[in-house]
Amino acid sequence: MTAPIHSIASTPIGEGPTGSAPKRFGPARLGIYAFLVISALFFLLPLYVMVVTSVKPMAEIRAGGIFALPMDMTFEPWVKAWSSACTGLDCRGISPGFWNSVQILIPSVFLSIFVGALTGYALSFWRVRGANLLFAVLLMGAFLPYQVFIYPLVRIYSATGMFSTIYALVLTHVIFGLPVMTLLFRNYYAGIPIDLFKAARVDGGRFFSIFFRLMLPMSVPMLVVAVILQVTGIWNDFIMGLTFGGLANRPMTVQLTNLVAPTEGEIAYNVNMAATIMTAAVPLVVYFISGRWFVRGIAAGAVKG
Amino acid sequence: MSSVSIRNLKITFGALNVLETLNLEIAEGEFIVLLGPSGCGKSTLLNAIAGLLDITDGQIWINGRNVTWSEPHDRGIGMVFQSYALYPRLTVEGNLSFGLKMAGTPKAEIARRVADAARILQLEPLLKRQPAQLSGGQRQRVAIGRALVRDANVLLFDEPLSNLDAKLRTELRVEIKRLHKSLGSTMIFVTHDQVEALTLADRVAVMHNGVIQQFATPKEIYQRPINRFVASFVGSPQMNFLTGTIHRRDEASLFRLTDGTEIDLTGYQFRLPVEDRQPATLGIRPEQAQLQPSSNHAAPLKALFTIEEPMGPDTLLWGTVAGETFSIRISADQVAVIGEECQVHVNIAHTSLFDEAGERL
Repeated sequence: MTAPIHSIASTPIGEGPTGSAPKRFGPARLGIYAFLVISALFFLLPLYVMVVTSVKPMAEIRAGGIFALPMDMTFEPWVKAWSSACTGLDCRGISPGFWNSVQILIPSVFLSIFVGALTGYALSFWRVRGANLLFAVLLMGAFLPYQVFIYPLVRIYSATGMFSTIYALVLTHVIFGLPVMTLLFRNYYAGIPIDLFKAARVDGGRFFSIFFRLMLPMSVPMLVVAVILQVTGIWNDFIMGLTFGGLANRPMTVQLTNLVAPTEGEIAYNVNMAATIMTAAVPLVVYFISGRWFVRGIAAGAVKG
Repeated sequence: MSSVSIRNLKITFGALNVLETLNLEIAEGEFIVLLGPSGCGKSTLLNAIAGLLDITDGQIWINGRNVTWSEPHDRGIGMVFQSYALYPRLTVEGNLSFGLKMAGTPKAEIARRVADAARILQLEPLLKRQPAQLSGGQRQRVAIGRALVRDANVLLFDEPLSNLDAKLRTELRVEIKRLHKSLGSTMIFVTHDQVEALTLADRVAVMHNGVIQQFATPKEIYQRPINRFVASFVGSPQMNFLTGTIHRRDEASLFRLTDGTEIDLTGYQFRLPVEDRQPATLGIRPEQAQLQPSSNHAAPLKALFTIEEPMGPDTLLWGTVAGETFSIRISADQVAVIGEECQVHVNIAHTSLFDEAGERL
């Protein structure tokens, strides 16, 4: 179809519009931009106040003017928040909480995603008897408020001697992450052609070998989404850490609450702000790094591979 | 010894009987095509042979071994799927060797078998590519290669050509036939395309509603269909059906159409005994009716053709005989008579008669 059937001289171009229509900056577009700018300001303004306050000395804060830029910038509140601010009698700052959170986060994220992916894989490919019922029950778990489970769990953990240990905390995160993780991976695997699974079975794949060698490498986009969801969710958790962790395993969120809770004397706003920014930094960084991946992962999950 | 033997196979999904007491004996090295409309159970049967589906009752034997409860990879089969089902994150080489690696085959052996399969299917230049970089035909060749490296003596094909365009389909069809000639392995091929069935098969099993209607050579299926379903499903355009009654006269019998035309049935080989005045249907393939009379042709039929379809090598004429739709195939250089009544001549030995239940008489 490359050569024209008959070489005809090209038709002369007449008057009027030619080619693609020009893009216009109309009122609709103006409205969209106005809305976006206002939304951005709405969310960024508190962050601005926090950052500015955290680098001001107390004297400046007492003078008022929360929107003013610092005149005498200092990072001393950050250092204090990290390493020497007092929560009760403990004056090591918020850093022990940070390390506790990391210790809780890594096994919880890893295990909850692994268990969720495995369950989703089993539910969508192996069609066990009662799989749909099991999935329905699991999903119901996702919609029940988890405060309901706290007292029974406390009793179970104390009966098994797990209470106040990091294991109890990790196990709790895995269990509560299971419904959403399973849903995520089940739907992702539902989009993979069943023939692929059949081919792997003819090729000698067993339950675990098909999962590890075929399905898991294909799940990278969904794994990224799952990591983002779980890192943010588990890092931001407060109630589980407070209830099950015990004193030694308090996550950063709990530590932060203790730090900023009003005590006698002057409230160190700059230290509080610095500690809060540090606590919020981890999910923020995850979003910044993986925002593009996040969108791509959701899109990849929606389109059939 | 039969290569694949299906004995009293029954498959139900809940209350739905997909296959009911199905029996099939396939000889070593035979090319069998399972042909039928969608939903007839042909893919279900293939999946059951592969062990990808739980069966309700009966037995499956492959190479003299009862494999009814065996895992797919223990059955000595290779399988090719309609959607190719190539592992997306592996190269062509990785796809071919995936199964062997999982089975723990020694590296040298894997390399040898992959090289063999690549040579047979001319995949050597593609070995380092990803499936996404291949065309449809190349992907399906890789999928066939993946079945070949398993050294299976039974190869299963689940509509492998349906996703390809017409030109590639023809090419790959010939390639599969050549492959069968050179390998000599038993092949079971599922399709709803009658051209594939007739061109590839040693024997065709025509299936309908979970039952094998006829299991015979393509020639037999085409020329002597066992019932009206097979007659109408195989052949394009469809066989013409004319209703009427059979009349017995001493030695001879004749077929009377609704418009009163009588056709001498001398030369037709009856399979079942017929009675006088028995209602029946006469099936005539479009190419068995001709405009010019030749020897031993029975009384001509009165036909009126209204539409002409030139197909290239031949031409189809569409019209009516005795008020029923009728088509004939004539050679391209013949002059068609359109819009006025004409005569068509039929060789009765090549027609099919069906009783009211649709069984061949």
